Amino acid sequence: MTTTPKISMKDVHKSFGPKTVLDGLNLEVGAGESVVVIGGSGTGKSVMLKCVLGLLRPEKGTIQVDGEDTIGMGSRDRERVLHKFGMLFQGAALFDSLRVWENVAFGLTAGMKMARSEAKDIAIQKLAQVGLGPEVGELGPSELSGGMQKRVALARAIATDPEIIFFDEPTTGLDPIMGDVINELIVKCVKELGATALSITHDMASARKIADRIAMIYRGRIIWAGGVDEIDTCGNPYVEQFIHGRAEGPIQMEILKR
Amino acid sequence: MNILALIGRVVLAFATTAGRLSLFTFSGVQHSFLPPFYLRLIGRQMVSIGYYSLPVVGLTALFTGMVLALQIYVGSSRFNAEGAVATIVVIGITRELGPVLGGLMVAGRVSAAMAAEIGTMRVTEQIDALVTLSTNPFKYLVAPRLIAGTLMMPLLVLIADIIGVMGGYLVGTQKLGFNYGTYLRNTFDFLEPLDVISGLVKAAVFGFIIALMGSYHGFHSKGGAQGVGRATTNAVVSASILILVANYIVTELFFTR
Repeated sequence: MTTTPKISMKDVHKSFGPKTVLDGLNLEVGAGESVVVIGGSGTGKSVMLKCVLGLLRPEKGTIQVDGEDTIGMGSRDRERVLHKFGMLFQGAALFDSLRVWENVAFGLTAGMKMARSEAKDIAIQKLAQVGLGPEVGELGPSELSGGMQKRVALARAIATDPEIIFFDEPTTGLDPIMGDVINELIVKCVKELGATALSITHDMASARKIADRIAMIYRGRIIWAGGVDEIDTCGNPYVEQFIHGRAEGPIQMEILKR
Repeated sequence: MNILALIGRVVLAFATTAGRLSLFTFSGVQHSFLPPFYLRLIGRQMVSIGYYSLPVVGLTALFTGMVLALQIYVGSSRFNAEGAVATIVVIGITRELGPVLGGLMVAGRVSAAMAAEIGTMRVTEQIDALVTLSTNPFKYLVAPRLIAGTLMMPLLVLIADIIGVMGGYLVGTQKLGFNYGTYLRNTFDFLEPLDVISGLVKAAVFGFIIALMGSYHGFHSKGGAQGVGRATTNAVVSASILILVANYIVTELFFTR
């Protein structure tokens, strides 16, 4: 690639005590591209996202955002880089002390110091974008269903018009129909913003829908990466086992090993 | 060998915790003094620490003052010094019992609530969400609590002092038969400003400890509902013990001068 990738991770290592989670992970995400990382539970997917965001600090390797090294960055630079990001958390992670519209507007009022009335208008507009009316904005997050919470979280993630959006298991815990609604919203929002997207999931239907490119993570490394159309014919036994959801194959679950 | 390994492990664990707590305290204090200040959040914490603790602290002070008057009467009457009851009650309340008992009650109420709230935010990734929304969790969660705790505790204790002395006055005049005027004169004639001020300094220190322990244990909680439960317990226990330790240190600082 001649242009600088939006996100580039090289040889990233991260362990917790004796447990190695990322073991030399390499991944590049180009500008405007949507990459989905698939992999089983406990293979290091979430840790990878948290390393890029600076919530966790890898022991070794480099992570670059727009060609800028982010590991060991000072808090002011870190904040500047984080302005480029939006993230949809697995459990939505809405602030339950705030109303829905305040949640959506949070990045604008607290992060970018926008006036509350102005931020509220944008929040209502973003809520409309994910199919929620302005009356929802006055509710508390605990009054919403799981699917609605995910939508609000999506609205919050796109509220500041970020250049890069992370999706952490966007469809987990939702019924298939609501899962598909969220997938469509993700595709639509990412396209409208022209944003770069990095998602992690173990839901293949979701991966096929939102990805330009899919990468598979296993034991802290990317073992395969390629276009969505290549995945069914890639011939990689690990990938095949995963996308078909078989218990037998090269991937041994911890539970079967004993 | 095994004993050495055990000692080593304990020392390491202690050093880790001490280091982590020091860094946490430093960050918390630093962000309490640097803008931006979230006035709305500071206000909300002030109400929850100060206003909503009033009944608990007030009742504690009232009954402490009442019982103090009775006990001191028993002791002082043994050498015909009943006249000292009012003076000893006011000194006991302002210097010691107001801040310490008030602090312990607020520790149970407030640091538990803080640890539970921040701990839940931690395990549901709300703290991570704050960071991704370019908001420093120390500034947004910890600093307002530290500021509110340090400012509101002295106010709370000042009110507790007044209520405690009133409790002593009630028992002194109604039950022990003191003259109203004499009791009040004995209360204020021998009271020195330092008695009250040292108590309020203690209160500020305790308020800081309560907010710090609540935030720290909440912030470092992990592992779902059980982890939050553990954080809550640890917050109350460590805040209470630190209050008692700090109480001795502050008392000695004022004592030697």
